[in-house]
Amino acid sequence: MMQTLKTAWSWIDDRTGIMKLLGPPLKHHVPRNAKWWYVFGSCTLLFFTIQIVTGICLALVYAPSGDSAYNSLLYLDYVVPGGWMLRAIHAWSSNAMVFMMLVHMTQVFLHGAFKFPREMTWIFGVALMLTTLALAFTGQVMRWDSDAYWGVGIGASMMGRIPFIGGWLTHLILGGPIIGGDTLSRFFTLHVFILPGAMLGLIGGHLMLVLRHGISEEPRKGGPGEFVDKATYREAYEERMKKKGVPFFPDAAQRDMVFCGIMLIVLVVVAAWYGPIGPSPRPDPSNILVNPRPDFPFLWIFAILALLTPTIEDYLIVVAAPIVLMVLFLIPFLAGTGSRLPSARPIASLSVVLLITGLLVLSWLGVTSPWSPHMSAWTSDAVPPSFVHGRTPIQLQGAIVLQHSQCRNCHSLDGLGGKRGPELGDVATRLSRDQIIRQVQQGDGNMPAFGKNLTAAETDALAAFLHTCHPPGVLPADRPGARLKQLREIDKARANN
Amino acid sequence: MSDSDQTIVDSEGAPKTGRRGFMFKIGAGLVGIGGLLVAAPVLGYIFAPAFTNWEKRRSWIDLGDVKQFPVGETVLAVYKNPIFGPTVGEANEIPCWVRRTSDSQFQIFYINCAHLGCPVHWFAESRLFMCPCHGGVYYEDGSRASGPPPRGLFEYDWQVVRNKLYVFGGEIPNLQIPGKTPKDDITPLTVDGVEYLDGKAVKST
Repeated sequence: MMQTLKTAWSWIDDRTGIMKLLGPPLKHHVPRNAKWWYVFGSCTLLFFTIQIVTGICLALVYAPSGDSAYNSLLYLDYVVPGGWMLRAIHAWSSNAMVFMMLVHMTQVFLHGAFKFPREMTWIFGVALMLTTLALAFTGQVMRWDSDAYWGVGIGASMMGRIPFIGGWLTHLILGGPIIGGDTLSRFFTLHVFILPGAMLGLIGGHLMLVLRHGISEEPRKGGPGEFVDKATYREAYEERMKKKGVPFFPDAAQRDMVFCGIMLIVLVVVAAWYGPIGPSPRPDPSNILVNPRPDFPFLWIFAILALLTPTIEDYLIVVAAPIVLMVLFLIPFLAGTGSRLPSARPIASLSVVLLITGLLVLSWLGVTSPWSPHMSAWTSDAVPPSFVHGRTPIQLQGAIVLQHSQCRNCHSLDGLGGKRGPELGDVATRLSRDQIIRQVQQGDGNMPAFGKNLTAAETDALAAFLHTCHPPGVLPADRPGARLKQLREIDKARANN
Repeated sequence: MSDSDQTIVDSEGAPKTGRRGFMFKIGAGLVGIGGLLVAAPVLGYIFAPAFTNWEKRRSWIDLGDVKQFPVGETVLAVYKNPIFGPTVGEANEIPCWVRRTSDSQFQIFYINCAHLGCPVHWFAESRLFMCPCHGGVYYEDGSRASGPPPRGLFEYDWQVVRNKLYVFGGEIPNLQIPGKTPKDDITPLTVDGVEYLDGKAVKST
C-alpha cells in the first residue's frame, strides 16, 4: 500500500515538478534563534485565509444590494444553519487579523528587521497593513446597518475636508449624491474583488521577498547580525545560514503550527461565545435615535476626531495623515543600517511604547466616548435625592430647570449623566453664584450659551440650585479660588488637631 | 529564410528595422489604441458619479402641508430623495429638521452634523441641536454653539407654494458640497403647469 502511494506520488512529482517548486521555499534556511517572536506573520496569514474561506461562504447567502443586504444578514443569523457562526468567525477573525498584523509589525520594527536589505519587504508590509485596514472598514460597511450608513457618512464628510477635489471624491466613493444602494455596491466590489486581489498580490510579493532576503536573526548583544553594514551584511548572513541555519520546514514551521493552532481554537471559542458582530439598527437614516460607533480598528480615529480642536482638524486629515503614512513607508530609508538591538535604538523603542500607549488610550476613550452627550440622560437619570433634600422652593425649581434643559446630557450629577462637561455635584465649590449665572448665560469653554433659551427666572432658579451643589463640610465658593483657600484651612485645622 | 529572421533581432534581443520590426510597431500601436478604447468606457463607468454635476440635478421636494409645522417649533420631516438607484432601499428616507420661525418664514436644516455628518437631534427644551458622535452642539437657528463642528448646520433652500412646503435638495452635504444651491442653479417648481420660485409664480406654461 505504502509502496503504491509512493509510486503514485513520485509520478505526480515527476510530471508536475511540484517539489521543485515547493521544495526550496519549504527547505530554505532560517536562523536557529528565530523562535517564538517569528510566529505572528504566519498567524496573520492564517487569519487572512480564514477570511477568504468564510467570506466565500457568506457570499453564498449575503445579498450585496441596498434594499436586501440587512435582511440577508438576519436570514444568515436566524435561518441559515450555521450562518451566525460563519458571520461570527468572519468578524472576529477580521479583528484578530488586524491585531496580529500590528503585533507582527511591532516585532519587525523592534528587531530592526526592516533594515538593509529588507527595505522592500517592509514597504510591502505597510501596503498590506493599509489593505487590511481598508478591508476592515469596507467589511464594516457590508453589514449595511445604521453604523455602516453613518460610518460611510463620516467617510464622506472627511472627504469634504479635502480642498478642491473633496466634492468629487465624495461622489466617487458614494457612487452618487447620497448614501444608497450604489454606495454599498461600490464597497462590496472593493471588499470582495479589488482589496482581496490586491492582498493576494501583496502577500505573494511579501513572501517572495522574505525568501529572497531570508529571515533576520533575533538581535542579541554581540550576536550575529546585530549590526547592519551594507558592505558585509548580505554575504555574512548567507554564510551563517549555510553553516548554522535550519530548514524552515519543519524546524521553524512547527512553532508557527503550534501558535496558529492555539489561535484557531481561541478564534472559534471567541466566535461561538460572543457571536456575530452587529447588525445595529436598520440602515434607515430617518431613524435618528442611533449612536454610530466604528469597529475596534478605527475607535482611535473616532477619538482623535472628537478630541482635536476644530482649527487643526483639517490639517490632521489632509496634511498630517499622509505625512505619517509617508514616514511609515520611508522608515527603512531613514534608519536602514546600524544596530538592530532595541536597546541601542532608544528613539525607536520609545516610539513603539508611545504609539501603543496612545492607540490603547485613544481606543479606550473611543469605547467610553466621554465627549458624546448622553442623549437620554435628561429623561432617564433622575436628580439624586440627596440633591433635593432640604432645598428651598426656588432651589427645587432650579433642579427642574437643570433636568428639563438637558443640562445632564453633558453634565453628570453624582456620576450620573453625560461626561462632556464637568460634574455638577460639586460645582458650587468651583464657581460662585454670579459665575454660574455668567457661565449659563454666555457659555464658554465648549458650553453653549443658554442666555436666549432660559428666562431670567429660570436662570436665577438654576443658579440657586447649583449653588447648593457642594459636598458636606465644604462651603460653596463666593469668589474664584475660594475652594483652595477652604481646603487649606481644613488642612490647617486638621494639622492643629 | 531562417537566417534573415535572425538578423532582424540584434544581440540584445531588441527588434531591428525590417519586416518584423515594422510588424512589432504596428502591433504595439494597435494594442495601445485598442487598450485606450477599452479603458475609456471602463474609467468613465467608474468615475461617472464623480464627474456628474449632482448640484444641477437637485429638485424641489414636497415636505407636505405647512400646517404640520407649528410656528416657533422645530420638527423632523422625512422625504424620499429624488435621485436614487434601483437598490437604494430604506437608505432613501432622508430626514431633515424644519424650523418655522413665523407664518411665512422657515429654516430647514440637513440632518448631518457639519463636523462629520452624524445625525443631529433637536432638544426643544434647551433649544439646541446635539450630535451623538463627537458632541457638536448648535443653537436653534443652526449656528454653531460648541464642540468640534467648524460651522453651523447646512441649510436647504425652500419655498411655500399653495400651502405646501418644498425644499430644494437631492445631495448629502459636506464642507465641499454646500446645502444651499447657487441662485442660478435653482430650477422653478412646476405645480399644475405654473412655475414657482421663492413662492411666487414666475411663468405659466
